[in-house]
Amino acid sequence: MATHTLDARRLLCPMPVIRAQNRIKTLAKGDILEVTCTDPGAKNDLPTWCRINGHEVIEIETKDDDIIIKIAVGEA
Amino acid sequence: MNKQPKAVALISGGLDSMLAVKVLQAQGVHVEGINFYTGFCVEGHTHAIRKSSQKKEKRNNALWVAEQLGIKLHIIDVIEEYKEVLTNPKHGYGANLNPCLDCKSFMVKKAREWMDENGFDFIFTGEVIGQRPMSQRKETMPIVAKQCGSDERLLRPLCAKLLPETLPEREGWVDREKLLAFNGRSRKPQIALAAQFGFDEYAQPAGGCCFLTDEAYSVKLGDLWRQRGSKNYDLDDIMLLKVGRHIRPRDHFKVIIGREEGENNFMNGYRKQFTHMHATSHNGPLALIDGNVSSEDLELAAQIVARFTQGRDTDSVQIEVNEKDNETPFTLDVVPLRNDDIPKEWYL
Ligand code: SF4
Repeated sequence: MATHTLDARRLLCPMPVIRAQNRIKTLAKGDILEVTCTDPGAKNDLPTWCRINGHEVIEIETKDDDIIIKIAVGEA
Repeated sequence: MNKQPKAVALISGGLDSMLAVKVLQAQGVHVEGINFYTGFCVEGHTHAIRKSSQKKEKRNNALWVAEQLGIKLHIIDVIEEYKEVLTNPKHGYGANLNPCLDCKSFMVKKAREWMDENGFDFIFTGEVIGQRPMSQRKETMPIVAKQCGSDERLLRPLCAKLLPETLPEREGWVDREKLLAFNGRSRKPQIALAAQFGFDEYAQPAGGCCFLTDEAYSVKLGDLWRQRGSKNYDLDDIMLLKVGRHIRPRDHFKVIIGREEGENNFMNGYRKQFTHMHATSHNGPLALIDGNVSSEDLELAAQIVARFTQGRDTDSVQIEVNEKDNETPFTLDVVPLRNDDIPKEWYL
């Protein structure tokens, strides 16, 4: 169970979702992916994408302009 | 086929694709959705950029729809491949720079590839004959299907009864009798079916699913192509066409002026790539200069920018200019152009 990071700053939705989706394809169940983004839209879109595709958002943290979304990878 | 048939739906985020999914789910088909991101899609962008609407909830309609339907959604980045579709459409453009017919063919072709890679049986869309002027005429539908080599595996559940039988029907994966025969521009049958399925909230797309159907946007894109002498573009170009006022006072450059704080913040992210300017003596927007400019051009640009500051009615506004590739800024003291001095034709 490894923790991975993804820099999706300055990307506008749905690009952060697409990047996270493509990255998660390469990860194993139980891995954690920390996505850092700046588009506030990602706060809705990433959790929705996770819910429908079987992954879990475990934390959303805001640091200055950065939004850090932690995802626990689920079943492929 | 004894196993459950698997179909991939092109999800736009509108009501029609929702209904099509429901119709097939009701027949026991396993459905997953696919959505293509061309860079022109009307998504949260303008909301994300514009401060004034940041309070409003932003959502990606395709994702929202998928959640309502309980299906997986795969969003595919087609920004690069889409360039060829947009710059060189075999069947031309619609009312604006929307190459809908080629775009549809392209998306079905991509969905077909995805279908093959992921072991799905067929593709379907929420298209209805005669609904949209160009791409949804009965005679153009076979073009879309043929061009992408998918005619046998492309189903349109909402109007299937009006079209030739396809493989999923022939194979009995779906029951043709339970498919529909919607036709024309009236939305009543869709709305009635939505009520039957218990959908009380759905997006009613106005016009099209992307910025290319928007006249003001197409004018700016056409201007960009003309000025460059080619139809090349990258994602940054087409994003910047979504923000700011675009003013072209001379053929070789244009000024992009933020209209409010959210746009200024967004444009701020691009300042390293552009010569840019803002007022230091008064409150005012950030402006990016697109093109190679002389000092005379900069003076004119500064006068235009000054017009959009709080010093617009004074005789002196200080504008700080940061040239691309030059670390040291300098200041111009300019008389703002009066409204009448900015000809209408300069506004894109
Ligand atoms: S409106 Fe845009 S996305 Fe929709 S079919 Fe036309 S060109 Fe393609």
